[in-house]
Amino acid sequence: MNWVLDNLPLIADRTWAHLATSLPAILAALLVSVPLGWLAHRYRALNGPVLTGAGLMYAIPSLPLFIVLPVLIGTGVRDAVNVMVALTLYGVALLVRSVADGLDGVPPEARSAAVALGYPPLRRFLTVDLPLAGPVILSGLRVVAVSTVSLCTVGAVLGIPSLGLLFTDGFQRGIMAEILTGILLTAVLALVLDRLLVALGRLAMPWTRKAAGVDA
Amino acid sequence: MNQLWEAVLWCLDPGRWTGPSGIAARSLEHLGYTLLAVLIAAAVAVPIGWWVGHTGKGRGAAVAVSGAARALPTLGVLTLAGLLLGIGLVAPMTAFVILAIPSILAAAYAGFEAVDRRVIDAARAQGYTGAQVLWWIEVPLGLPVLVGGLRSAALQVVATATLAAYVGAGGLGRYLFLGLKTQDYAMMLGSSLLVVTLALVLDGVFALAGRAAVPRGVTVARRGVTA
Amino acid sequence: MKHPTRRSALALAAVAALALTGCGSSDPLGGGDTASGSPAGTGGTGGTARADTLVIGSQQYYSNEIIAELYAQALEAEGYTVQREYQIGQREVYLPEVESGAIDVMPEYSGNLLQYYDAEATATSPEDIHAALAQALPEGLRPLEPAEATDQDSYNVTRQFAEKHSLTSLADLRNVDEPLKVAANSEFETRPYGPEGLKKAYGVDVTVVPVEDSGGPLTVKALVDGDVQLADIYSADPSIESEDLVTLEDPENLILPQNVTPIVSDAVDEEAAAVIDEVNAKLTAEELIGLNRQSVEEQASSADIAEEWLAGQGLA
Repeated sequence: MNWVLDNLPLIADRTWAHLATSLPAILAALLVSVPLGWLAHRYRALNGPVLTGAGLMYAIPSLPLFIVLPVLIGTGVRDAVNVMVALTLYGVALLVRSVADGLDGVPPEARSAAVALGYPPLRRFLTVDLPLAGPVILSGLRVVAVSTVSLCTVGAVLGIPSLGLLFTDGFQRGIMAEILTGILLTAVLALVLDRLLVALGRLAMPWTRKAAGVDA
Repeated sequence: MNQLWEAVLWCLDPGRWTGPSGIAARSLEHLGYTLLAVLIAAAVAVPIGWWVGHTGKGRGAAVAVSGAARALPTLGVLTLAGLLLGIGLVAPMTAFVILAIPSILAAAYAGFEAVDRRVIDAARAQGYTGAQVLWWIEVPLGLPVLVGGLRSAALQVVATATLAAYVGAGGLGRYLFLGLKTQDYAMMLGSSLLVVTLALVLDGVFALAGRAAVPRGVTVARRGVTA
Repeated sequence: MKHPTRRSALALAAVAALALTGCGSSDPLGGGDTASGSPAGTGGTGGTARADTLVIGSQQYYSNEIIAELYAQALEAEGYTVQREYQIGQREVYLPEVESGAIDVMPEYSGNLLQYYDAEATATSPEDIHAALAQALPEGLRPLEPAEATDQDSYNVTRQFAEKHSLTSLADLRNVDEPLKVAANSEFETRPYGPEGLKKAYGVDVTVVPVEDSGGPLTVKALVDGDVQLADIYSADPSIESEDLVTLEDPENLILPQNVTPIVSDAVDEEAAAVIDEVNAKLTAEELIGLNRQSVEEQASSADIAEEWLAGQGLA
């Protein structure tokens, strides 16, 4: 464990870079998935294409996506924006389905009641549909958060800073402690984020606190 | 888009398909790695998942384990296993199996949990033993969900199996890394297209299997298993 | 769960807003570490070179990072401000950034860099390579004086294998009657000194087993375990000595010498160049292996290794 103690600033740097890349991606994935998921839920004709497309996106290997994206969006190969966009795409791929499923699960009575009370569509969506779909979206978001934090490391192969650089460097120098540190920190970041989302979920959706369903 | 077209041409060149390091051989290797990893992961995860689903015990532990496994970065596991085990298939396979386990484990117990309790109660009332409930009711009724889990596991592994080439194994990743290191965009993109195609084929096969897995007379609610 | 209150919706919105702002503040800070279009690189148009920050890059290769750190600390000791952009992948990733002026100093290896810009290059001696390189580099870039130290690809076998087949040179491989596999980075396949070059120069057939650790521990392990018969290992790698490997001689000059050569932009003036030259002049082959050994065996950080070495050489 000497390696860890001798390299704390480096580890802190990498951890910070890792968060700075993965957190915006997770948030962006959520912001993009809600309207997309709504489209898939609202218009049956779009349901198949959107969900299948999202599922296939997940099958694109991450490494080439990291390389191809700069060509498509005109950024430098080593720009962290590439990785953020790529991670966002993967996040959307997972989350769209949760959003659509969540909205599908909103009881029609609740929606009718809101209509009867004269809620305009946007208000109804934001104050009735979305909160009711919340638990399902949240469980999807948790999967996205964990996998994004884990996937973020692959960018290291291209030299994009993240905890993944501890793998490539440790691999070349044969330092197991370095690789192990990277693995553990990535896992810890992912799990802390996961717990944080659960806590935020309870805060934002107090009515789910007693329901055991959230911990799915 | 020009680059995309060149990548398509790269894939379609018949001269690249033959030989021991041709596209055909590499695709088969890639597919082989994927299926082997999913098979091993299923051999580990399905019995555990079924046990959890059947008894209702250890659910918290199963959730925690699959959550932790999902959080493990594949590149890290791969490099660590590589340093420990040397080149060859064992190191990447370890990483891929760890990658595949969470989806399969979750699907195995979620499939059981999705079975209507009333069906099980009815069976018990008719004198079914625990084992009979397991094999005649829970396993067949949980099968579609399990196939869904196998499907997402296979898709994840097929996309990730490119990393096998990082530690000396084969598969389509060989082209990917060679293209990356020599800035051959056509090769890199072309091999990615091949991986996506392979994923499409697998996805189709699993979709059919999923349909076939639904027992006759049962309509399964459209309820996706989150990967 | 039938009556979602307005309060809960507000809470949800608040959480989203919180997350947004939290992320907004994290972004610019994180960007500092990864910035590719940093203002320092574009400052080359101004006349006050001394006031500029010099951006020093390094390959994704620990030994290259150590050399970069030597330059960085030597420059800092002379009062320069230095920004470190280390571990930037391979040539294909960082050279565009060097060419664009986003990186001012990059430790390079003469032969391979020459072949990158001129695949037909015929130079084989370090001097000729240096002269050719100065010609081949794009506008705005120049090579500084090469160090004596080289870090070049080399074909290695185990001592046991060498003795069994009495191998000293690549030409001797013709007498080996078993199939030969080389562990190397995947790009080795297409390099002029790869399988094709070996076939042309020595009439030897080999197949490549790609291991992407740049001749690191896994490559060495594959060789020692007998999974491969040959391994492409950089000549400054301490494992050649520690694992008692035999580096096969290359009488046909298939592999070009790779003297450590800093590539610098116009932002590096004569004074700064002199500082780097001074470091490079002391960087012998033995010294470089010693530096690498500290990194691999003692697992010391590049900063510590550089600090100790510069102090020992009286350079900082």
